[in-house]
Amino acid sequence: MNTLQQTILNNKNNNLSVFFTAGFPTMESTKEILGILNTTNVDFIEIGIPFSDPLADGPVIQHSSTIALNNGMTLELLFAQLKEVKDKITKPYLLMGYLNSLLACGIETFYRKCYEGGVHHIIIPDLPVNEYLEEHKFIADKFEVSPVFLITPSTSEARIKEIDKISKAFIYVVSGNTTTGNDSSIQTEAIKKIQDMKLRNPLIIGFGIKNKADYSEACKLGNGAIIGSAFINMISGSSDLQKDIPEFIGQIKS
Amino acid sequence: MKNTTQRSNGYYGKFGGAYIPELLFNNVNKLQKNYERIIRTKEFQTQFKTLLKDYVGRPTPLYFSEALSSKYKAKIFLKREDLNHTGAHKINNALGQALLAKMMGKQKIVAETGAGQHGVAVATACTLLGLSCVVFMGETDIARQAPNVARMKMLGTTVIPSLSGTKTLKDATNDAIRYWINHADDTHYIIGSVVGPHPYPDIVAKFQSVISKEIKIQLKKQTGDAEPDYVIACVGGGSNAAGAFYHFLGSKKTKLIGAEAAGMGIHSHETAATLMVGSVGIIHGSKTYLMQNKDGQITEPYSISAGLDYPGIGPLHAYLHETKQATYYAVTDREALDAAKELIHLDGIIPALESAHAFALLPKMKFKPTDVVVINLSGRGDKDMETYLKFIL
Repeated sequence: MNTLQQTILNNKNNNLSVFFTAGFPTMESTKEILGILNTTNVDFIEIGIPFSDPLADGPVIQHSSTIALNNGMTLELLFAQLKEVKDKITKPYLLMGYLNSLLACGIETFYRKCYEGGVHHIIIPDLPVNEYLEEHKFIADKFEVSPVFLITPSTSEARIKEIDKISKAFIYVVSGNTTTGNDSSIQTEAIKKIQDMKLRNPLIIGFGIKNKADYSEACKLGNGAIIGSAFINMISGSSDLQKDIPEFIGQIKS
Repeated sequence: MKNTTQRSNGYYGKFGGAYIPELLFNNVNKLQKNYERIIRTKEFQTQFKTLLKDYVGRPTPLYFSEALSSKYKAKIFLKREDLNHTGAHKINNALGQALLAKMMGKQKIVAETGAGQHGVAVATACTLLGLSCVVFMGETDIARQAPNVARMKMLGTTVIPSLSGTKTLKDATNDAIRYWINHADDTHYIIGSVVGPHPYPDIVAKFQSVISKEIKIQLKKQTGDAEPDYVIACVGGGSNAAGAFYHFLGSKKTKLIGAEAAGMGIHSHETAATLMVGSVGIIHGSKTYLMQNKDGQITEPYSISAGLDYPGIGPLHAYLHETKQATYYAVTDREALDAAKELIHLDGIIPALESAHAFALLPKMKFKPTDVVVINLSGRGDKDMETYLKFIL
């Protein structure tokens, strides 16, 4: 059992994670934001690999990606930044990005660099389960990296069970049929049904989670939540991250 | 289609597939499971064929151009897709998919458009079939294709500007897909080319295959042989080329030729010639060639023609290219403009700038006098008058 699995189990049903885009708002922000988050009540951290065409993302994350790319952020630079800080960051962190970034890096190189950068879990929303099993798994296993898959309120039971079987840390439950950062509310009934399936893996809810109320609801339905767009909005409007990040997290999980 | 689909799950060789977020899984999966069955039903076939004949004006003529034949020393025929209702081949697919959507119980349509030809075709099909319609179009394209924006609006379609990324076709496609994610229950996405996740490349190729089906019948009648020596078509995403090639795939006689848009030249960084300068990756849910930097960021294409201004290419074409079943050349803006000028003056036909790229290959080919050559004239040039007035008068 690795750190992320242990962390999520220890926190039972009040896990809090935040997502931010690497290289946003400045190239050096990745390390700074990781460092600050490490001192807060956040349980684990998701780092977005900026991509030119992020299909599953709403305007806030798209915009942060565009700015990161304009800053000159690349996957290679991100891996270098992670290597630099990995011994200082005690909280588990994951990478989230799109398959084309991984393929451009090269499958073997990508997983090796994940390992070297202290990344043990990745979220690649457009990587099909079958393709992962056939073309990625044996390499990912070698470098002790495992994927987290998304399910939605309309994912079939059979497919959820299949995903549960191959998942290791948690299952990412999308709050509704929506892109990230949408205002739509959590589809409570549908997620309750997933909860009732009594899966092996903890359920962490994301997409459209923006405040304490959403977080509390997610903690009732699953084992916690991920905040992305709302966190990025806060970063965008902040002139003092050292003060504003702990304050933002403190309002949600004290 | 023979010998092209090697895996049952929507791959052409290693190209294609469905690289989509889970959010789209149900919709795409339903489409995968149902499209072939619905398209084969008598109800669908009857309606589709009647609409193509009486509403679109099919079959479109196969016109023997004496002037081009004598200039290029071959027997040159033009497949007149420019004479379709709404002015291009795009209506074949738009009507087919709108019917399919209706039979799958969807009431709403979302689509993307670049030059606006697909957008106008979808807006038209939706009006005809009583479906509501939203079209995403890059803000940059809205500015340079104003007449088509007006046509869509007149047809009752909501045109939403894409403000993301570079504000052109690829971004409009991203936004249409995002809209589909957020309106998955009642909306069908009508993609405009042989791109996107499986089964879209196959659906669009099937609906466009009427082009090569007619060519075969018409050519047999006019020359005694259904198979030409060459079929030439322009390729952006590749839907008119897929339709023109479809029934000749696997033919020992017919050489399939695609014209990509080189823009200012393939080494100029101002190009849309994906097969010439691209590499394999994922774009809009499909594994294919695309224009990208070494970090895997999709780069901005350039062509004088808004319809070829796309940084990817349909997985079928990637496969035909790699297996050498078709040959692709790059045509610059200048060459396309010169070819348009020649067609206007020799035959009195003003082609779409996209189609002009196919004609620009004529001087580059080495024909025998007995060679029968079919060029797919995919659309008419009304929408390009401003560019023509600026560059070729």
